[in-house]
Amino acid sequence: MNIQLTHIYKRFGAVQANDDVSLDVEAGTIHGLLGENGAGKSTLVKMLSGFITRDSGEILLDGKSISVKTPADGIRSGVGMLHQDPLDFPPMSVLDNFINGRPGRLFIDRRSAVKEFKAIAEQFNFVIDTEEQVGLLTMGERQQLEIVRLLSLGVRTLILDEPTTGISASQKTALFAALKKLAKQGKSIIFVSHKLEDVEELCNNVTVMRAGKVVGSSAIPCATSKLVGMMFGRELATPVKPATSRTDTAIKIEGLTIGDDRMDVRVNDLSIKRGEVIGLAGLEGSGQRLFLLTCAGVLRPFAGKLMVNADGRLAEMTGKSYHQFQKAGVGYLPADRLREGLIWGLTIQEHVVLRTPSDGLFVNREASHSVAETAIKTFNIRGKTDTRVGQLSGGNQQRTQLALLPTPLNLVLMEHPTRGLDIESTIWVWQQLIMRCQGGTSIIFASSDLDEIVQYSDRVIVFSGGKVSEPIATAVLTASKLGEMIGGKFIGASAS
Amino acid sequence: MKENPTLHTKSPVSQLNRGLIYQGGALMLSLLFVAVIILLTGESPLHVVSALVDGAFGTPDQFARVFATLTPLVLCASGLIYTFTAGLYNLGVEGQIVIGAIASTLAIRVLQGQLPPPLVIAVSILAGTLGGVLWGLLAGALKVYGNISEIFAGLGLNFVAQGLAIYLIFGPWKRPGIASMSGTEPFDDAFALGRFGQTDAAPVALAIAVIVLVATIVIMRNTHFGLRLKAVGQNPRAAFILGMPSTRLLLSSFLVCGAFAGMAGSLQVVGLFHRLIPSISSNLGFLALLVVMLISFNAVWIAPVAFFFSALNVGSLQLPMALRMESSLSGVIQGMLVLFALLARGFSERNRKTRS
Repeated sequence: MNIQLTHIYKRFGAVQANDDVSLDVEAGTIHGLLGENGAGKSTLVKMLSGFITRDSGEILLDGKSISVKTPADGIRSGVGMLHQDPLDFPPMSVLDNFINGRPGRLFIDRRSAVKEFKAIAEQFNFVIDTEEQVGLLTMGERQQLEIVRLLSLGVRTLILDEPTTGISASQKTALFAALKKLAKQGKSIIFVSHKLEDVEELCNNVTVMRAGKVVGSSAIPCATSKLVGMMFGRELATPVKPATSRTDTAIKIEGLTIGDDRMDVRVNDLSIKRGEVIGLAGLEGSGQRLFLLTCAGVLRPFAGKLMVNADGRLAEMTGKSYHQFQKAGVGYLPADRLREGLIWGLTIQEHVVLRTPSDGLFVNREASHSVAETAIKTFNIRGKTDTRVGQLSGGNQQRTQLALLPTPLNLVLMEHPTRGLDIESTIWVWQQLIMRCQGGTSIIFASSDLDEIVQYSDRVIVFSGGKVSEPIATAVLTASKLGEMIGGKFIGASAS
Repeated sequence: MKENPTLHTKSPVSQLNRGLIYQGGALMLSLLFVAVIILLTGESPLHVVSALVDGAFGTPDQFARVFATLTPLVLCASGLIYTFTAGLYNLGVEGQIVIGAIASTLAIRVLQGQLPPPLVIAVSILAGTLGGVLWGLLAGALKVYGNISEIFAGLGLNFVAQGLAIYLIFGPWKRPGIASMSGTEPFDDAFALGRFGQTDAAPVALAIAVIVLVATIVIMRNTHFGLRLKAVGQNPRAAFILGMPSTRLLLSSFLVCGAFAGMAGSLQVVGLFHRLIPSISSNLGFLALLVVMLISFNAVWIAPVAFFFSALNVGSLQLPMALRMESSLSGVIQGMLVLFALLARGFSERNRKTRS
């Protein structure tokens, strides 16, 4: 299906999210939509798929002007969208998710639905059990389910919004193969991403957006520097983490067993030096989160000991409460900022007040106002003291979270510290973190971005289905070795 | 568009205006709706309004009764501000009033003749407050430790409290000779709070309500406790991660609400009825829930709205005599107001979401 978007405008309050945007996508091609976070990419494709309505402009499908007001309209005209956060029903089975949203009569025909599901899934070598509960699937599998579902609804244009965030390397390979196959079948694919290498690997054409406008488009291959130039208007340099020089221990772990109702994870003896950065690699849900939550004191281990260096000596922390961990200088930064890290309806200043230990009954407004102002300035948050954090963009929420971390800290624990952030914010976040390390703070972070792990970690621990590797110095680590380990092949590493 | 680097702020003025337009529209719609109902019964809405005003403010007695209703309403609404802010639907407020009244009655029964009457009254109010605290904490413990929704815990405890009151009135505390729905034997006048003349309004009770209301406004606006309750109410998980003692905060909100509701129940005994009656709460707890929902949990608006509701309740008692209409019309009006206000908020919210 040929798609033409002409002169699209969309405004959100004070922000012109799309400013005279035009885009042509030919049938049978994969078209990349590249740009920083907040460039207006998602807004554009959401208007095409009917999740939001445009202020003005025209959408032509195969030359015919259409009006899409709801996602159902979009699907009826053959446009389906895969969202960054999957829009499925985690407590329901794969099959029920597949059936939901399909036009149907009074009774459900499960048998033919299973048949149809399997037929489509097999085409792309997707292996998903139809009876599995969706909440137990990995991000990649949930994506595959959504693709199958959309295709069964007769979608001829598939939009994918940042699909490679949070899926494993092998799932990414499978996804790219499926997309190429779909393009060969004559379907048009719009691939929204801020990752240059993904776009270069997959797409036939690319359109770059910046600040709500189209700044250029090109056929691929094309020079990377040209794309970077279009995206940012300049070159960017990644910060470098200097080697750790300290020798005193920040956290010491002795034979830790942790787990939830799905898996048990055993972590062997481990000691982390002050100022050191430990990266946790592995497919999502392999135990990294459990490990981080245990180190933060949110989760209690079944067995083993945990010691944290507070005031120059190792203090036994096993079984202590989260509040005592906080007192010992342990800070935890959740990945899901608005669900776990910040409170949507409260302002930046109110967050500052919540974080400062209260002396006395009444809130000291002047003091907290000036603290908030300083935080906004030093952390370069695009907001005011009375801005609700829910109104901030993802990058600015992450900056706020960082600003709220107490100083000094002995240990910072983070999940996906830069997930969903553009390159500029990512670089900035790591500059801040590296500064903390130089002040003696140790960092343990989990990430699905292997480049991030290799770039910033001193040592890497790999999690794979409940197995935990020994820490490996980044200096002797290669990408292929890391990939094998994530897949479960531990060479010279202990399995539990 | 959560990834947009620039803020999605609208100017606060336009947001406020839109909210006002919706709320104003809701008010007009609900009044229109009530007017239609009145017309359907063959009466003129203007007659009804004048009968209501006359019923509420016609005589000093009636005017005083408005204040007598206002007192417990303000107390309960103030208490509910805490639980609603903490994200809790404390439907157990009714039971907390009843237990407060029972505890208060018990204190007078035990202490009368042993202590000077003013002291007995003070201890009685204190006992009522503690009774409410106990009942509130019970609902809170069921919620926090038993993982039972506070709505069901509260409703269940309401039945228990009401049952206990009726058991006492018809059992151990029955009037000499005959037990009746009219309640226990009235106390001696010495154990009643002083009133304005011969009316129903007790100045001390009203003063207590005013103090509680002002304290609530200040606590919610200016204290760490108020802000933390807000945080826990909006996102308990994030509040915990940020270091709030979530469990303690939830329990404190139940405690405070129970205290104020218990106080209200106690004042119903020592200030108004001078005995325990089966309908001691007069459903004022539920009415307070309506008040707080109508004002979207903003304590500043409690006084005017509670006053309006009290006047409506008292005024409507006049309807059967003046116009041969049902006095339950006041309930219809209040229900309509709240329903339309919530609808307006819902629409305003939906509009905001589709725009951003």
